[in-house]
Amino acid sequence: MKQQDFVLANEAQWLELETLLNAVERKPRQAKDYAALPSAYRHVCHHLALAKHRRYSLHLIDRLNRIVVGCHNLLYSDNARFRYRWLRFFMVDFPRALHRNRVYVRWATFLFCAPALVVGLLCFFNPDMVYSVMAGEQVRSLEAMYDPDARVLGRERESDTDLAMFGFYIYNNIGIAFREFAGGIFFGIGTLFFVIYNGIFLGAVFGHLTQMGYSSTLYPFVIGHGAFELTALVLAGAAGLKVGAALVDPGRLTRLAALRAASRDVVPIVLGATAMLLIAAFLEAFWSSKASLPIAVKVAVGFVFWIMVLGYLTFVGRHYRHGP
Amino acid sequence: MTIQTQVLVETPENIDLQAVPAGLVPRILAYSIDLIIKVIVQMVLAMVLFFMGLAGMGILLICYFLLEWFYPVFFEMFYGGQTPGKKQLGLVVVHDDLTPIAWGTSIIRNLLRAADSLPLFYFFGLFSMLLTKHFQRLGDLAAGTLVIYQQPEARARQLPEVDAHPPPAALDRDDQIAIIGFTHRHEQISGDRQQELADILAPMLPVEGRHRIAYLHGIGRWLLGGQ
Repeated sequence: MKQQDFVLANEAQWLELETLLNAVERKPRQAKDYAALPSAYRHVCHHLALAKHRRYSLHLIDRLNRIVVGCHNLLYSDNARFRYRWLRFFMVDFPRALHRNRVYVRWATFLFCAPALVVGLLCFFNPDMVYSVMAGEQVRSLEAMYDPDARVLGRERESDTDLAMFGFYIYNNIGIAFREFAGGIFFGIGTLFFVIYNGIFLGAVFGHLTQMGYSSTLYPFVIGHGAFELTALVLAGAAGLKVGAALVDPGRLTRLAALRAASRDVVPIVLGATAMLLIAAFLEAFWSSKASLPIAVKVAVGFVFWIMVLGYLTFVGRHYRHGP
Repeated sequence: MTIQTQVLVETPENIDLQAVPAGLVPRILAYSIDLIIKVIVQMVLAMVLFFMGLAGMGILLICYFLLEWFYPVFFEMFYGGQTPGKKQLGLVVVHDDLTPIAWGTSIIRNLLRAADSLPLFYFFGLFSMLLTKHFQRLGDLAAGTLVIYQQPEARARQLPEVDAHPPPAALDRDDQIAIIGFTHRHEQISGDRQQELADILAPMLPVEGRHRIAYLHGIGRWLLGGQ
């Protein structure tokens, strides 16, 4: 068959597909009825193969190739037109990813808590110890922040200060979580560093301030948002550890394939941790700083938050343990 | 050894898709454009929010956070895999099987910028791009993505206005392809060069001088099926 006859015979179908592809390109969100697409796509694939085999002109092959690529992208793209995706995420995807990777969650918890505990006790029993973890300036500003006599927390903060702190917590804490995850690509070393360092730093702050006798200001302040913040940082660390572990011990895959599989596997954990840190930032800025509330209320609510978070992480999606 | 950077992917329909991954220089340029845009946006935001005091500070920090981590994710998801910088350079982010990028992979490749940008000026990212076959930085490797050149928009070409007629002798397949190519490219090749090419065939053409070009075009049309 000569090229022009071939074009004449199939032009109508190609034009139809080209119009469709143009329409989709201009308004990708407007889903149309693509029922005829798969069979039309297979036809054009066939045409392209024929055109190549019969060595039709490059121009025609280019055109068919463009139609094929367009249809291919349409057919194989990620279909996100699904309502209540967020609900599915929190009830299925996130918990499932956690239970699937519980080994790493446990390791991250250990790597965070153990240094925190050790350094915390050291700082509690040795008042000078804190200076080997952070600079004197930082220690002084921390002491000033939580000094019960200075009553910094006793003053009702302006609401615009709350908003400023909210922004700061988002920028700072979620950034740390993302770096914990990204550090996994250096065979986990970056993640190990961040998780252990955060543990040491937190331990030092708690140990030192408790030793100073500031418990009455420190614990009511941190207990509420801590439920979300500390667990989220551990979870982001778990995601990074998984990526690192995949590179160190890829099993039967190549390192590259293992890296890919691990990264895709932990995306829900990173997103879940981000959501938790958003909640934590909100609480830290607008709830924990409310000095007008009695300490008992804050501690009680804080405990409820901890039970909620740990309960959610432990029980939701538990039955996926042995599933796919 | 051949140095071939082209990516070939076979689809389930047995069709080879092909793409050319973008190298270091266009990607650095695209990144620079994005960086300039981000800096300008940050400066404008800082100037506007400066007058809102501490609350403005908070909003500013949230904006910085979003710009730093999600600027590329936003454009990759909602503008067909192209940040403004990439669009300017004609680059697109796709999966390594050439399917369009999805949320999960876009997030991986952009969060891992934190690793790529270490220790300074994207050193690890650039190093990784130089070492890998398809110029992938660490984020691309982990996400399984490529940055490729956008397929250029091919415009329909007009065939020369001549009458189709059969060749004076039987032509084998390669000769036919050469003549069809010559016919298709009549607008791209200069007149003198066309004459030169046509003169190579002088012994087998029954016409002289300038007419040889038109004669060859006629054969081309005939081979394409023209009457």
